[in-house]
Amino acid sequence: MLDDFLTRAALAGLGVALAAGPLGCFIVWRRMAYFGDATAHAALLGVALALALSISVFAGVLAVVLVLALAVSGLSARGVPVDTLLGVFAHGGLAVGLVVVSLLPGARVDLMGLLLGDILAVGRTDLAVIWAGAALVIGLLAWRWSGLLTATLNADLARASGIDARREDMILTLALALVVAVALKVVGALLISAMLIVPAATVRPLARTPESMAVLAAICGAAAALGGIALSYRADTPTGPTIVAVATALFAVSAILPRRG
Amino acid sequence: MPAHPDTTALIEARTLSLARSGRPVLDRVDFRVDRGEIVTVVGPNGSGKSTLIQILIGALAPDAGTVRRAPGLRIGYVPQSLHIDATMPMPVGRFLALPQRHGRAARAEALAQVGLQDLEAQPMSALSGGQFQRVLLARALLMRPDLLVLDEATRGLDQPGTAAFYRIVEDLRARMGCGVLMVSHDLHVVMSASDRVVCLNGHICCHGTPEIVASAPEYRALFGVGTQGTLALYRHDHDHDHDDGPCGHGPDAPAGAGAGPAAPVRSHGHGHNRQHGAGPDAG
Repeated sequence: MLDDFLTRAALAGLGVALAAGPLGCFIVWRRMAYFGDATAHAALLGVALALALSISVFAGVLAVVLVLALAVSGLSARGVPVDTLLGVFAHGGLAVGLVVVSLLPGARVDLMGLLLGDILAVGRTDLAVIWAGAALVIGLLAWRWSGLLTATLNADLARASGIDARREDMILTLALALVVAVALKVVGALLISAMLIVPAATVRPLARTPESMAVLAAICGAAAALGGIALSYRADTPTGPTIVAVATALFAVSAILPRRG
Repeated sequence: MPAHPDTTALIEARTLSLARSGRPVLDRVDFRVDRGEIVTVVGPNGSGKSTLIQILIGALAPDAGTVRRAPGLRIGYVPQSLHIDATMPMPVGRFLALPQRHGRAARAEALAQVGLQDLEAQPMSALSGGQFQRVLLARALLMRPDLLVLDEATRGLDQPGTAAFYRIVEDLRARMGCGVLMVSHDLHVVMSASDRVVCLNGHICCHGTPEIVASAPEYRALFGVGTQGTLALYRHDHDHDHDDGPCGHGPDAPAGAGAGPAAPVRSHGHGHNRQHGAGPDAG
């Protein structure tokens, strides 16, 4: 069954969507959309460095994203506005990544694949990495759910309940790094944050509790992934952008629906 | 300063100092709350009240000084204001169960204790200001706290709302025996059930039972007793300045301020009730 590239693509999209949906809810609740963007763009630098150093791409992306998160929290503590910092890192990471890729001797890097994803080229190993990463993220979120939710609501409230809000922040950052690393192959650096934000934003009007919103976001992301793959196969369009386009269409429908709660 | 017996203190801070951008926010502040005691901290804006609370609940580390908590101390914290982002769907029942899950019966009981039955399914965003604060209080109660910390919990409530809120707190103290630490920026309104009032302005200006604070030489006090004795309206005169001779830092507290039993409420006539004379705002 895994011999079929479409099946592998569907499973890859499903894995990313199931992890990105719930995590995306936190990104939306915390108004961290730009952080997701910066992380995804910086991931390109991680890929470039990994190729230059001949280490695993996954490790390179993870390392760069974690350094980015530490740099952002360190510099923002010194009074640099966070949105400015993220603007610097998002575009700086993208630019430096592209420069490093161009400097790689003899390496033929599929730049379009990195930027826009290449889900149809997902192999069995990629699939294993994607599902392991997704399972780790879902497990992490489920395990820390209460603490993450409390820290997201109010840091003082969390601390008074014995929850280290900064630790929860780090866990979210780690989860974000994992999702970015596994989603790079699927939708590419430019569109990863769409997989985080669009499903969460789409299901918000339908959700009554944080938990239902997380589950619905995962379902919505999965539907967008499967629908996007099917559509791109029929219409012969690039798959990653088609997935995001379908998600955006779902958002448009939900935005038009009458609001409740 | 009197020696503190360490056995009764729920929380005790010594010589806390903290500076922000080179400006001292707290300067060698000593502070403690005992079991079953209601302590109210009053002070003008920027006097360091919130900073003190943050240090006490462990959200902030002081530059100098120590905080000692009773072993296993459970703090029920009611924050000053809480903004729940509109992107997060949050019904009352779910909010109460953060971060620990509680049974349906416990949640219903906590809501009943603050006078809000049958609100579990309501989204937090649909509550009025007074209901919101009482839900925050109910959530703190579910922690079975030894110490209830209320950071300007009545901000934005009208006088009947404030009086009702204070009656609930007083009732809870009596039933659960928890210590209560309240902060108020409103120098006029202090809960009459306070065992001690601490007047903070970077340092501790004044410290004692409501009576002692009210009759402290540098303060003129006016009382109001129009709300079933729950509210006492103090008028603190903060025109005095400390520039030409800093008044002693740390509590030069009158005797008995440390571990006092409930102080009797001094009762005046109704003549000085300026707040009520001005008409309670319905806001």
